[in-house]
Amino acid sequence: MKPGETIQRRRRNQRFLNLLAWLILLLMALPAFWIVLTAFRPNSEINSWPPVWVPQELTLDAFATMFGLNPEERMRVPVESYMRNSLLAAGISTVVAVSIGTLAGYAFARFRFRFQTAAFLGIMLSRAIPGVALSLPLFILFNQMRLVNNIFGLAAVYIAMNIPFSTWLMDGFFRQIPQDLSEAAYIDGCGYWSAFWRVELPLALPGFATAAIFAFLAAWNEFQIVSVLSRSAASRTFPPGLFDFTEQFTFDWRGMAAMSAIMMVPAIIFVILVQRNLVSGMTFGATKG
Amino acid sequence: MSSQSRAQSGSDIQDRRVTDGRISARWFPLFMLLPALIFILVIMLFPLIYSLYVSFTPYELLKPNSLNFELSRALRNYQKLFADAIFWKSVGNTIVFLFLSINLSYVIALGLSQLLARVTRGQGIMRTLLMVPMMFAPILVGFQFRWFFNANVGLVNNLLYSLGLMQERGQIAWLVDEPLGMFSIIVASIWMNLPVLTIILLAGTLSLPQETFEAADVDGANSWQQFRFITFPLLAPFSYIALTILSLDISRAFDIVRIMTDGGPAHRTELIWTYVTRLAIENTKFGLGSAMSWVTVVLAVAFTLYFFRQLVRSRVVQ
Repeated sequence: MKPGETIQRRRRNQRFLNLLAWLILLLMALPAFWIVLTAFRPNSEINSWPPVWVPQELTLDAFATMFGLNPEERMRVPVESYMRNSLLAAGISTVVAVSIGTLAGYAFARFRFRFQTAAFLGIMLSRAIPGVALSLPLFILFNQMRLVNNIFGLAAVYIAMNIPFSTWLMDGFFRQIPQDLSEAAYIDGCGYWSAFWRVELPLALPGFATAAIFAFLAAWNEFQIVSVLSRSAASRTFPPGLFDFTEQFTFDWRGMAAMSAIMMVPAIIFVILVQRNLVSGMTFGATKG
Repeated sequence: MSSQSRAQSGSDIQDRRVTDGRISARWFPLFMLLPALIFILVIMLFPLIYSLYVSFTPYELLKPNSLNFELSRALRNYQKLFADAIFWKSVGNTIVFLFLSINLSYVIALGLSQLLARVTRGQGIMRTLLMVPMMFAPILVGFQFRWFFNANVGLVNNLLYSLGLMQERGQIAWLVDEPLGMFSIIVASIWMNLPVLTIILLAGTLSLPQETFEAADVDGANSWQQFRFITFPLLAPFSYIALTILSLDISRAFDIVRIMTDGGPAHRTELIWTYVTRLAIENTKFGLGSAMSWVTVVLAVAFTLYFFRQLVRSRVVQ
């Protein structure tokens, strides 16, 4: 075989690999595109048989109906209420949980203390507790404390649920900061707190942002707890609100698609923002102990 | 995390900084940890222990007086549960679901990460496309696949019809027939799991030392041998980190199943998480539901601990 042929074959293989990767990834991303597209299609096309693949017309009807701007359709989903509750629960829990997780992560990254490994493992394992298992006792307890149907009660639960992952991420980010900096701060007369607050925390702010994004999305997407703790539309968030479009045997596919599109907005913004930090944030644990 | 390196880095600081005017080296970490510990103790650990107590009582929501503990009847809920055929069916379904979902997700992600590591063009866009499923809440994943697998208006049947593989409308009832229902929820869960697994494995692959592969090339190893004997073993810590992250979220399957099939029809896709909800919330049998909850807690913790141990071990070997 001549060397030229080998190079040619390699090039052909490479082109095939690129094509294959594109194909698989487009197939993976297609569903999202389809959902968004459906939100803008008329119901007659969505439900037609034989199927209509190429949209003949696009309409904002689904969104108009959802926000109550469509006088013909009586079905009304309290989207504003869901949005307010989702933003409140996710916003409050993100700010509080990531702040608390930052403190804890710093303690794990920079200090040695008794029961350290046990404490770390305990915090991580609390993250593994399924929401369905937690929702039941929380419902019984919150019922006695009149916290059921209360968005702040829900936010408190989300704080606790978001602390472990925030701690883990911040622990990793603090470990990436060279120790010389805090040691220099000690020599300059800083206490532990001011070394943390004035020297290390500013350097870990990108990590803080990454942790905040994860926390926000986790709360924004949470379903198991809120579906038990909120018994009325006034305290419901988006995920259980999605069930407003279902009845016993009928599904309003378009309405659900429209609400899904709204629900995905923060995630889309965040995925674009976080892309670069995401990988380093999640993989540090594999190489550094 | 390995306590060795922690101990090292901790003592360095503490040696240099023996005393501090405001707060001592001993109490500072505790002070930093306190808020986290309080929240987790009050909102997670206490309710969990409380639910253990409830699981020993015959508590039902509509009978407030039933929340009392009697030693002679303490284990009745567990006896009832273990004698319940549907409980065992849900356990069996969960094992099948987790086994297939986790293994297939991992194998596909591994293949995809190897493919993406070799791609020469458009890596940035590809990575963005890869993250698309991450934009979906688990509940949205469930909604989406419920719709795709819908017999009458679903994407899958429509596609089969348009390709000439299906003759009539609604011919294949993906979410109803056995074992298609299980197949459908497994497909949905794999789609949801892929991005995180692939991203971590891809990052791992790209971080491997290039010289090893060059040496293997010189020794005449083909690409399969390089993957089998170099890439795959070296990826172990990344594999376990990905699987640990995955195991933290195994109960997300509840969200998917709740909206896709709600465990039905006739408990064909009932998983332990949907069965907890059915017992506790729909039938308001809180005692029995709490007993069942503890089954899910033990399972989740066991899974996470297992992968975490493997992670620690794989790092020690290196």
